[in-house]
Amino acid sequence: MMRAPVAKIIPFSNVDGPGNRTSVFFQGCTFNCLFCHNPETIHLCKSCGICVEKCPAGALSFDASGTVVWNSTACVGCDSCIHVCPHDSSPRVRWLTVEDLMKEIRRSAPYIDGITTSGGECTLQNEFLIELFTEVRKLGKTCLIDSNGSFDFEADPRILTVSEGVMLDVKAADGAWSNILISHTQELVLKNLDYLLSVNKLHEVRTVIFPGRDTENAEAVRTVAGHIGSACPYKIIRYRPFGVRERYQKLLGEFETETEYAERFARLARECGAAKAFVV
Amino acid sequence: MSDALNIIQDPTLTYKQELLALARLGESTDDSLRYSDAYYEAKRKGALCDLNEGVMPYRPRYICPDYTLLFEKGCRFLELDPPKDLLEAVNALEIFYCHVPSITSFPVYLGDLDKLLEPFVIREDRAFAKKVLGLFLRNIDRVQTDSFVHADIGPEDSVTGRLLLELTEEMQLAIPNLTLRYDPEKTSDDFALACIRCMLKTAKPSFANHRMFVREWGERYAIASCYNGLSIGGGGYTLPRLRLYECALDAESPEDFLARELPRHIDLQLEYMDKRVRFIVEQSNFFKTNFLVTEGFVKQENFTGMFGVVGLAECCNYLLGIENKKKGFGMNTEATDLGLRIMDVIDVRVKAHEAPYCESYGHRYRLHAQVGIDSDGMDDSPGTRIPIGVEPPMLDQLEVNEKFHPYFPTGTGDIFKFEETWLRTPEAILPIIKASLARGLRYFSGYLENNDVVRVTGYLVKKSEIEKLRAKKQSLNNVTVFGMGAQDGGHALDRRVQQHDESSGR
Ligand code: SF4
Ligand code: SF4
Repeated sequence: MMRAPVAKIIPFSNVDGPGNRTSVFFQGCTFNCLFCHNPETIHLCKSCGICVEKCPAGALSFDASGTVVWNSTACVGCDSCIHVCPHDSSPRVRWLTVEDLMKEIRRSAPYIDGITTSGGECTLQNEFLIELFTEVRKLGKTCLIDSNGSFDFEADPRILTVSEGVMLDVKAADGAWSNILISHTQELVLKNLDYLLSVNKLHEVRTVIFPGRDTENAEAVRTVAGHIGSACPYKIIRYRPFGVRERYQKLLGEFETETEYAERFARLARECGAAKAFVV
Repeated sequence: MSDALNIIQDPTLTYKQELLALARLGESTDDSLRYSDAYYEAKRKGALCDLNEGVMPYRPRYICPDYTLLFEKGCRFLELDPPKDLLEAVNALEIFYCHVPSITSFPVYLGDLDKLLEPFVIREDRAFAKKVLGLFLRNIDRVQTDSFVHADIGPEDSVTGRLLLELTEEMQLAIPNLTLRYDPEKTSDDFALACIRCMLKTAKPSFANHRMFVREWGERYAIASCYNGLSIGGGGYTLPRLRLYECALDAESPEDFLARELPRHIDLQLEYMDKRVRFIVEQSNFFKTNFLVTEGFVKQENFTGMFGVVGLAECCNYLLGIENKKKGFGMNTEATDLGLRIMDVIDVRVKAHEAPYCESYGHRYRLHAQVGIDSDGMDDSPGTRIPIGVEPPMLDQLEVNEKFHPYFPTGTGDIFKFEETWLRTPEAILPIIKASLARGLRYFSGYLENNDVVRVTGYLVKKSEIEKLRAKKQSLNNVTVFGMGAQDGGHALDRRVQQHDESSGR
């Protein structure tokens, strides 16, 4: 049976789309963004064992095949494991079937408007998501995809037929800064932006504003605004150092972006046509 | 030093607070109302508590006058004609409130304010109506100086309801307590969202499960005092409480408790209630001479006794030998299931008891999950609540509440403290309230973590007023002192904050 690595389930979230939503975070990402707030979701666990001895609760061990396993009842949630992991991973990942996940979603279903899948990068689990969304929709709930845009939706649009849409991160304009910031180009992200717009499945776009990076911020915002116009909300997000790996905080900033500064770029976005741009 | 001298030399008491304390002292000099030795013994052990109701009841504990009568035919005793416009209506209410007794001597039910005032409000210019209602609220806050004073609105949207919400937000007053009677079919989402925004900023209104209350009481029910369901035109005679943790201390096992100690304590509390109710109806003047009765604003047969319980969580944890409350009642199926068995025993036994003078309710008392008093400390959590500080994530907490709330027609509730992002997304809270009420939750309260007005256990206080008492200054609100006690002894303001992302408890 198909299984997917689930890092975390949040039954009630008010920040992952409209209304109250259950958020499912999948492990594993296609990018390596310097400002990632939960870098422990980037890679799958290599079972190197470094975290096993650092766990104060004895919640981590090796199974017969040499895989690191996590005992959720023994775990005290101290986060030591993710802090010592040298591979941007976590041992607290559960490989769940669609039915396993549905058991938890059915519990929160009466209280929510829908679910949002996130990550890591949830589109790595495309086949799993198609099955999951099909089940969730049977409950009359909506399904949103939180994506970094590294999945080619046009080449394989099946997921969009069972989803209300995509909340897309556009982290930079194409160019050198993109390569530094996310170790990737923006080509596919921007292609997705246009495609999702054309099929009316772009729920919102988000861009993080970094302190003091006038040029980079402005280029990103201009690019997005030029594509989306007033077709969907554009969230201008303030950079916050919380959770960001220390070595990258040095590069990006150890303080959060001031609201005033972020507002400048929301104004710029509106001037460039993104009528629904606002700071969150 | 005598008790009287203590009272008149206490620098934190206002004149009116001194007067009430002295009256209570005077009342305690009589001992003609006597109970069995077993009752006194259980009380001494702390297993039974009379909430300091006073030994000589001279009025029912809670009185919910039918204010529509005042508006229809006026009041002879107070020489009030039926009001003809908004100013007269508000003036009549302000006068009437001063003559409604209760255990605290303040009116615990101010009426369904939107329904009462709407016909007058809509005839006025909105700005004028708002000015009048603002002065009305100010009068209540400064004259009825007690947070157990409670007004109701809803379920329908109204101009008056909207104005009261606006004013509540603008004025940031702790008094009166406010409830929205919520019915998903009668309350529009837009009005409910306005109530949620106001609730986050001011800790009120709370959401009452209208359908559930109507099933139990009929359409004409009041939410009074903290969150007490009662009949309009009636009220509650008395509210003693089983302190379940102390009730369990002599039990040898959960089974022994269910079969022996629990029924024994239930019967002792029923003895207290019966004697007290008889005394109020037969001996005291209230039902013979008070104008509220003689003019029909309340009817004796619409009163009932409120059978209170507290400390279910601690009781279950004790009986099961659970020391770490993080793994106890609310987080642990065995403990929660034991709680349900205990409630079943209480429910069945109280329903089997023929109660005096409760004619409208088939001669029965009704259960109440009492909200706790400052002296309970950490021994007995309010009603059936999960102990403060160990509450699980919201979904788990709601699921536990939904199982226990249906037992308590005369009131129970839970409180959720939200972090600030929820203020931007009231539409994320509405589906939670809707679902939970549909699944058995009776009463939902919430507030933002950084407010000045906060909900302590059922009533509202201002954190800034608590600081006044700490500085040995007076606080006009009688209840501030309870808030201080609950904060110190019960850590009542340290409840869990609902983060923007509520992680699973498992
Ligand atoms: S979580 Fe990280 S440290 Fe622990 S075994 Fe996996 S890769 Fe190694
Ligand atoms: S968070 Fe990690 S290190 Fe801490 S107890 Fe849980 S598994 Fe062990």
